[in-house]
Amino acid sequence: MIRRTLAVVSAGLSQPSSTRLLADQLAAATRDELVRRGSEVELHVVDLREYAHDVVNNMLTGFAPSALREVIDTVTGADGLIAVTPIFSASYNGLFKSFFDVLDSESLVDRPVLIGATGGTARHSLALEHAVRPMFAYLRSVVVPTAVFAAPEDWADGTADGALRARIRRAAGELADQIERRPPATGPADPFALTTDFLQMLGRGDGEPVN
Amino acid sequence: MQFGIFTVGDVTVDPTTGREPTEHERIKAMVAIALKAEEVGLDVFATGEHHNPPFVPSSPTTMLGYIAARTERLLLSTATTLITTNDPVKIAEDYAMLQHLSDGRVDLMMGRGNTGPVYPWFGKDIRAGIPLAIENYDLLHRLWREDVVDWKGKYRTPLQSFTSTPRPLDGVPPFVWHGSIRSPEIAEQAAYYGDGFFANHIFWPKEHTQRMIALYRQRYAHYGHGSADQAIVGLGGQVFMRRNSQDAVREFRPYFDNAPVYGHGPSLEEFTRETPLTVGSPQQVIDRTLGFREYVGDYQRQLFLMDHAGLPLKTVLEQLDLLGEEVVPVLRKEFAALRPAHVPAAPTHASLVAAAGGAKDSTVHAVDDVTGKAPEGATR
Repeated sequence: MIRRTLAVVSAGLSQPSSTRLLADQLAAATRDELVRRGSEVELHVVDLREYAHDVVNNMLTGFAPSALREVIDTVTGADGLIAVTPIFSASYNGLFKSFFDVLDSESLVDRPVLIGATGGTARHSLALEHAVRPMFAYLRSVVVPTAVFAAPEDWADGTADGALRARIRRAAGELADQIERRPPATGPADPFALTTDFLQMLGRGDGEPVN
Repeated sequence: MQFGIFTVGDVTVDPTTGREPTEHERIKAMVAIALKAEEVGLDVFATGEHHNPPFVPSSPTTMLGYIAARTERLLLSTATTLITTNDPVKIAEDYAMLQHLSDGRVDLMMGRGNTGPVYPWFGKDIRAGIPLAIENYDLLHRLWREDVVDWKGKYRTPLQSFTSTPRPLDGVPPFVWHGSIRSPEIAEQAAYYGDGFFANHIFWPKEHTQRMIALYRQRYAHYGHGSADQAIVGLGGQVFMRRNSQDAVREFRPYFDNAPVYGHGPSLEEFTRETPLTVGSPQQVIDRTLGFREYVGDYQRQLFLMDHAGLPLKTVLEQLDLLGEEVVPVLRKEFAALRPAHVPAAPTHASLVAAAGGAKDSTVHAVDDVTGKAPEGATR
């Protein structure tokens, strides 16, 4: 049985949060789909709210405090990522963006990502397409075609056969497809790994070490 | 083991008084701090090099030459010398001159500089930071070891029949450290040449230092300079002390909270937990510093940052008294007792001369272009 890890990032600010609720539903649907296809799934859910100070400190000092470091390693080392934000002022909220700003820009390359958002009205829904999707395009992640937006009316109509549930199931299937196409993740990249040697850097392969 | 201080040379408002020193005051304060370092028995004073406000040390060898003239034992160094934006030819000349004037009391630490706009002021591009550090240092290394250099590279005009003067004192170039926070390429560079590696070890988690030092040691052994535990390692550190640790925390907090680099971010308590910063009693500083060895192994040089964030000169001098009188004597004894015999001490001019089989005059005498004759008794 293949073991997969799924990182879930929620940038909801209130508690309880509808953003977290959507994140949980996306996570459960993706997990169920992967399990149905025969994988074992480990879920890691991150409420960014709990790391808000650490994220700002990371921006100011240039390094992640240890608690945030663990979260970053979990997110960048997972097989798939579900990223959900509330829409503020026509875009992701600042906490969501700040978290992705402190990641190494190479750390989510080719990573399957499912994006979701919540908002006070369905008129915010395209923010997923004009703000969230381009950010992950910059990070060279693979964002699945179905992005899931939940407006207040979706929660009011939150039955198992409602439109939101159908979108969640479709998106989860797409994320599972992308995850299954890839070998299991090997964890976060090591920023201190030496990927060259000195003579290569010096531009000559024939020199002798200096004694 | 060598102990000393390194300074960034920042002009920063004292947040407790609102007063900002002038450049002149700051430059004189740096000199006073260096003289105090010798007075309290420290081994090394290292100055930063910067070419933009709010920093004053744009001309390190001028300052170090002046300090050399007013001290007897103090080893003069840099933290760091910009190997990217300086012409390696000028570095070779300036530091060889300083080596002669100070009778060998000089070494240097190479660094890249991380301020993008500075590079183009010197005709360079920060995106080529690593290749510049590699190529420039390779030339510098040759200029100090070969009397006549023919050279062609990517970032500087070629050299033909060039002799860098003065030649290194006693035929032995100054020892070089390479400093980096998190670029494995620089650890590799230091290892290749068998030079020292210095981990900044302030403002960052100890894990960065641990990883970089481990890589440097492993590659040092790979290139055949000795075993991994014989590699030459230096560490930074940042401390603020008062006899009573609560007094240290109370006095340092406004400087911490408003400091460049980390101010207005993490709390003092978070930062002391996440980085090697120690604010407390001399005993706490001793304990924390001895702990560094547990994650980097036996090392050769410990430099402390004592004078940034707007701390007034009087306070810095008091800190140096505590460092020299209460902390370093204990650290010297404890580190020496722990260090195995096969682990070398930090190289000095005397030890490098001895390793080279003795001092030799390396003066290059001019040759008459027409007759090809050198003056009587001169060697070429």
